[in-house]
Amino acid sequence: MIDRNDPYFWADLLDTILKGAGETFYTVGVSLLLTVLFGLAAGVLLVTTEAHGLLARPFGSRALGVVVNRVLDVVVNIGRSIPFIILMILLIPFTRLLVGSFIGPTAAIVPLAIAGIPFFARLVEIGIREVPKGLIEAAQSLGATRWTILTKVLVAEAVPALALGLSTTVVGLIGYSAMVGAVGGGGLGDVAFRYGYQRYSPEYMFAVVILLILLVQLFQSLGNFAARRLSHR
Amino acid sequence: MISVSRVVKSYGSGTAQVRALDDVTMTVKKGEIFGVVGQSGAGKSTLIRTINSLEQPDSGTVHVGGRDMTKLAGRDLRQARHDIGMIFQHFNLLSGRTVRANVELSLEITGAGRAQRRSRALEILELVDLHGKADAYPAQLSGGQKQRVGIARALASSPSVLLSDEATSALDPDTTRQILDLIRQLSKDLGLTVLLITHEMDVVKRICDSAAVMSQGRILEQGSVEKLLTTEKSLLGQALFPLGDIPPTSNAVVEITFTGVATDRPVIAQLARQHGIDVGILGAAVETIHGRQTGRTRLELPGDERAVSGAVADLRSQGLYVEVIK
Repeated sequence: MIDRNDPYFWADLLDTILKGAGETFYTVGVSLLLTVLFGLAAGVLLVTTEAHGLLARPFGSRALGVVVNRVLDVVVNIGRSIPFIILMILLIPFTRLLVGSFIGPTAAIVPLAIAGIPFFARLVEIGIREVPKGLIEAAQSLGATRWTILTKVLVAEAVPALALGLSTTVVGLIGYSAMVGAVGGGGLGDVAFRYGYQRYSPEYMFAVVILLILLVQLFQSLGNFAARRLSHR
Repeated sequence: MISVSRVVKSYGSGTAQVRALDDVTMTVKKGEIFGVVGQSGAGKSTLIRTINSLEQPDSGTVHVGGRDMTKLAGRDLRQARHDIGMIFQHFNLLSGRTVRANVELSLEITGAGRAQRRSRALEILELVDLHGKADAYPAQLSGGQKQRVGIARALASSPSVLLSDEATSALDPDTTRQILDLIRQLSKDLGLTVLLITHEMDVVKRICDSAAVMSQGRILEQGSVEKLLTTEKSLLGQALFPLGDIPPTSNAVVEITFTGVATDRPVIAQLARQHGIDVGILGAAVETIHGRQTGRTRLELPGDERAVSGAVADLRSQGLYVEVIK
């Protein structure tokens, strides 16, 4: 139980929360970067390696296209079907191998990114699929390379959908980051768990919850705003 | 300019196999506007896609400006496509780019520098009468304006061939006419060879120099529009100038096709006067094609055989194409 009458109570609370928020920004930020990088690639590949897709024959081999497509599909499904709390625990050896420890904000990045990538990949897939096939044909008729079509047509035209997907992913990652926090990942979840729950402080609990609500609102609004501004349909 | 030779293309396999192109041979001369007409499913779309190799035929060759498109791949194919512009029924513009940026895409692909892209894009937008809309997005444009952007994009890289895939099929009649006139104008000014496919006979009537009629993957007839019109039992002639069924009559029936000659002469009055025949008009379809009166008239000629054949010979001697139906 934390003494509410301690003259430093509110100052301590602010310090702790700010430190937690900083850690949350760090873990969510880095894992988001990885998620966008790999999730975008995976989502694009999922669509384009399908039969008659732009990359149906990578390096001239349809077999390779089929393999990439199937493997990605299965991996993404596995990633999406394991509850995050289990995934976190399953990944402990892998995290230790990668980061050297499975405790702390840096270690928290690993499960967050691995949960985020398949999640974002599916959202990217939906966005890319919405791009009309005729646009690809038009670019081909202009003599565009596959890379140009990928970047300037498929991804560029999906940008509004990707912005929405991104904000949904950020919100998901913030939620997951709180869960990692509870098992030693640091951040706002850690603050809520250790101070709010284990040491019975409703002030800490409420402060964290309110901050999380504000963050989620902020990122969702940003995403909606960006999608609206970027869409000219 | 474009020469398609013995091209075959099938889809599916086994009993479900469909021959989209069944031994198609066709020639489009430099600078002409060539229309391929046919109903949907006739194979027109597949045919036009083999020209720029969006579809690979199973066999046969497709030459564009001396290059065999079926033999090209990779960089050579992309290079060849810079010389073949294409416009589409649904315009296929990038919604996230402005009009100017859509046109510039074509130039980004050919590798032009930024300043050059900008000036060329504005120049070509001027040509299609859209310079005021350079900074608008496609969603803010009407169908006709969108197709103008499509044309500008297709022509930005200065191709010598323009392929038009049902480019006016999503437009209303007025806009269709404007777009067709624009294509005709550009073809004349830039020396463009145009191959268009359409299911609308009006398109052929309005701008085509030559045409081919396609059905079930085969070309049934092809040639200059004027020649096709005066060909006996021509599908194109009948489709362009439908005269309907012949009513029951015991008299001789003839059809006169005129393509710009003798239309200002009072042919029917002359027949009545000189041959003493009370000519009856059973049907007529006349239109102005390329500024000349073109059409068909079906006449009923009462009288004995001698009088009728004399009248027919007289008409033919005036340079009219006369077909004796019965």
